[in-house]
Amino acid sequence: MAVEILREKSRASVPEVTIGATKEEGGTRTHTITVGGDSALPFHHFEGEIKNRPVVALEVQDIVPQWHENLTKYYSDVIDNPGQWAKKCVEEYGADLIYLKLNGAHPDNGNKSVEECVAVVKDVLASVGVPLIIVGCDDEQKDNELLVAVAEATAGENLLFGNAEQTNYKSLTAACMVHKHNIIARSPLDINICKQLNILISEMNLPLSRIIIDPTIGGLGYGIEYAYSILERARLGALQGDKMLSMPVIATVGYESWRTKEATLSEEENPSWGDAEERGILWETTCATALLQAGVNILLMRHPKSVALVKKHIDDLMVSNNY
Amino acid sequence: MALTGLEIYKQLPKKNCGECGPPTCLAFAMSLAGGKASLDSCPYVSDEARATLESAAAPPIAKVIVGAGENSITMGDETELFRHDKKFYHETAITLRVSDALSDEEIVARTQKINDLVFVRVGLEYRVQAIAVENASGDADKFVAAVTTVAKNSGLPLVLISDNPDAIAKAIDIEGVNKPLIYAATNDNYETMTKLAIERNCPLAVKGDNLDDLASLVEKVVALGKKDLVLDPGARSLSRAIADFTQIRRQAIKKKFRPFGYPIIAFTTAEDPLEETAEASAYVSKYASMIVMNTVEKAHILPLLSWRQNLYTDPQVPIRVEEKLHEVGNVTPDSPVYITTNFSLTYYSVEGEVEATKIPSYILAVDTDGLSVLTAYSDGKFEADKIAGVMKKLGLEEKVNHRNIVLPGLVAVLSGKLEEESGWNVIVGPREASAIPAFAKTHFA
Ligand code: SF4
Repeated sequence: MAVEILREKSRASVPEVTIGATKEEGGTRTHTITVGGDSALPFHHFEGEIKNRPVVALEVQDIVPQWHENLTKYYSDVIDNPGQWAKKCVEEYGADLIYLKLNGAHPDNGNKSVEECVAVVKDVLASVGVPLIIVGCDDEQKDNELLVAVAEATAGENLLFGNAEQTNYKSLTAACMVHKHNIIARSPLDINICKQLNILISEMNLPLSRIIIDPTIGGLGYGIEYAYSILERARLGALQGDKMLSMPVIATVGYESWRTKEATLSEEENPSWGDAEERGILWETTCATALLQAGVNILLMRHPKSVALVKKHIDDLMVSNNY
Repeated sequence: MALTGLEIYKQLPKKNCGECGPPTCLAFAMSLAGGKASLDSCPYVSDEARATLESAAAPPIAKVIVGAGENSITMGDETELFRHDKKFYHETAITLRVSDALSDEEIVARTQKINDLVFVRVGLEYRVQAIAVENASGDADKFVAAVTTVAKNSGLPLVLISDNPDAIAKAIDIEGVNKPLIYAATNDNYETMTKLAIERNCPLAVKGDNLDDLASLVEKVVALGKKDLVLDPGARSLSRAIADFTQIRRQAIKKKFRPFGYPIIAFTTAEDPLEETAEASAYVSKYASMIVMNTVEKAHILPLLSWRQNLYTDPQVPIRVEEKLHEVGNVTPDSPVYITTNFSLTYYSVEGEVEATKIPSYILAVDTDGLSVLTAYSDGKFEADKIAGVMKKLGLEEKVNHRNIVLPGLVAVLSGKLEEESGWNVIVGPREASAIPAFAKTHFA
C-alpha cells in the first residue's frame, strides 16, 4: 500500500548568515561558516532544504574560568593562554568556531582594559583560522566600550558579536553596522521580546542576514522545555513567512549545562546518579541534541567529548531522508 | 476529532422514541457530543452508523497498554504534533534490552541493574519502564529460560522479541509475565503472531520494511481483528527514523490515517553507549512512545529521563512547590533562612545549593503562582509586603531565634522595604543560586 507522504510547504526560509571573511573577502580567516537557509523544520530533508548543517563552537575565555575539573583537565596546558586554548579547540577537539568570552573585562574579574582585550582577540585570530564569536563580560557599561573597540579592531573579519539586548542594543548594532560584523540578539525566553528586538535592530538598518537570535535557553532539567517550545514556535513562524522571527538561532548549551549539579556532582556525593564525567558529558550533549530538534543552528559548548558526540549526531541527522 | 451534535444526529434512527433517556434523537445526539451519554443507550442504532460514529470518536492515536498492575505502561493516545499546542501525554517508555545469549548470572545482574535505574531529582522520581528480552540465540528454550529469569527478578513489564511464535507463546505462559508486548508481526509471520496476540490478549508490535509496507501489514493485522498495536517502520538510522516517525504522527493526527494511528516503537543502533543515548534523546523528542536500548548505566539514563520529563510537562502549568517553610537538613532555631519563590525550578536550584552548603537551613518558598524570582517581581507577585505577610503567616518568628533573612540578589531593591514591613534584618544574597555555597561560607559558617 503506497502511503502518500505528507509534505508541509513552507512559504519562506531561514535567512543564511555567513560568519568570517577570507583574505579575498577582506579578512584573515581560512574559511567562513554559513548557517541557516532551512526551508523546512529541522532535518525534514523530505520536505525542504536543510542547506547548512548546524555548527558547534567551543568556548574560550580571556581569564582562567572557574570551571569544573572534568572540563578544565582537557585544557590545563593552555587554559591561561587564549590563543593556544583556541588552537587546541580547533585542532584537537574539532570546533567549527571559537566562542570567545571576554570575562576578564568585568570589574569583578580583574577589570582588564579595552586594549588588553583587543590584544587577546588579535592573539586568538592569529592562532586559529576559524571565524570567531565574541561576547563581552555582562557588565553593560564595560561591554559597550569594549565591544565597540573590538569590533573596530577586527573590521573586515565579519565576526559574530554579542549580546544585544532590548535595553542595550544600540551601540553594538551601530558598531556591527560600521565595521561589518554580525550580531547576536538576545531575549529573555520570550518570543515577543525576541521579535521586538529584531525589529529594533533592523530599524537601525542592520540587514536581517546579519542577525543571529539567542532566545535564551534553560538547561536540561532547568526549563529547557520553555526554550524548546519557543524555538519550535519561532521556526514554525519563520517558515510561514514571519521575517522578524526567522533568523538562525544560537544557544548557550555549555554555560547552562555546566552550572547544574547533575553535570558536576561527584558519584561519591550521589551514587544513585552514576559516573560524574559521563553524566556531565551527556547532560551537555542531551541539552544540545534536544535543542537541535527545535532548530538551533549554532551550539556554544564546553566539553570536547560532548562536542564530538554532537558532531557525530549532526552528521547522522544530515543524511537525506527524502522518500 | 470529535463530531458535533448535528453530525451525530444524522447517523441516528430518528425515531424520537425516547428510550435512550432524552426525549428525542437530537437531544440524545447533543448529550453524546458532550460526552454525557453512551451510544449503547439507543437500541435501534444501525451497525453501520455505530461503526462510523465509533471511528470518528476514536482518538487519532490509539491507547495501548503493556503489562498489568501498577507497573503497566500506557502508550499513545497523543493528540499533538507540537507540545505548545496542548501537551504530550504519555511519556516515552524507556526499555532496556536483555539478550538470551547471556548466561543466567549475567541476566540476573543486568536485570538488577535495570531495576536500580530509579532517580530522584527536583522532588520527582524518574524510572525506566520495561525490559525487552531478545531471542538473540535463536533458541526457544534459551529464550524461555531468559524470560523466566528476568520475570523472577523484576516487576517491570516485558517486551518479547523473537520471530519464533512458539518461543513467544511459551514465554507468555511463564509466571510473572503479564500482558507483554509481542515483537513483532512481520510479513512472514503475521498470521500466527496476530492469532497468538489475540488469544493471549497481548499488545502486538508490527514491523514493516518501510512506511508503505508497514501500512499494508497493519491493515492485514487489523483485518484479523487485532487492534492494540505498536508500530515499527523498520528505520534503523537516525535521520530515516526521524522522518518516518514524523510521517506516522502527522498522518495519524492531521489525516486520521488509520493504519498509522498507533504508538511508535524505536530501536537505537549506535554501538557506543554515549552515542546511543544521544540517538535516543532525538527519538524522545520525535514521537517515539517506546525506545528499546542497550545501555543500563545510570550516568547515561539520567540525562535521557530528564529530557523526557521536561518534554512531557504541561506547557500551560508552571510546576510549583508548596508555599511553606521547607527544612533542609537537621534545622535548629539558629539555622539561616533563605527566601525564594515557589517556581519549582527556582526552588530546587536553591534547595540543591543550600544542601551543598552543608549548613542546615530553612527555605521559605513564597507562592508566586509558580513564577521565577525576576518574573514574579516584575509581575508584582514577589513584593516586600507579600513576603513579610508570608513570613508572618507561616510563623517564622516562632521557628528561629534570630531575625535574619536572606533575600535573592536579583530583587535586592526590595531589601529596605522588606526590613520596614517585617522588622527583620535583610541580608542580600547572591543573584544566582550557584553562588549560595560561597555566600553561606562567609555568612553562616
Ligand atoms: S433511543 Fe435511539 S431512536 Fe429512540 S430517541 Fe433515542 S436515539 Fe432516537
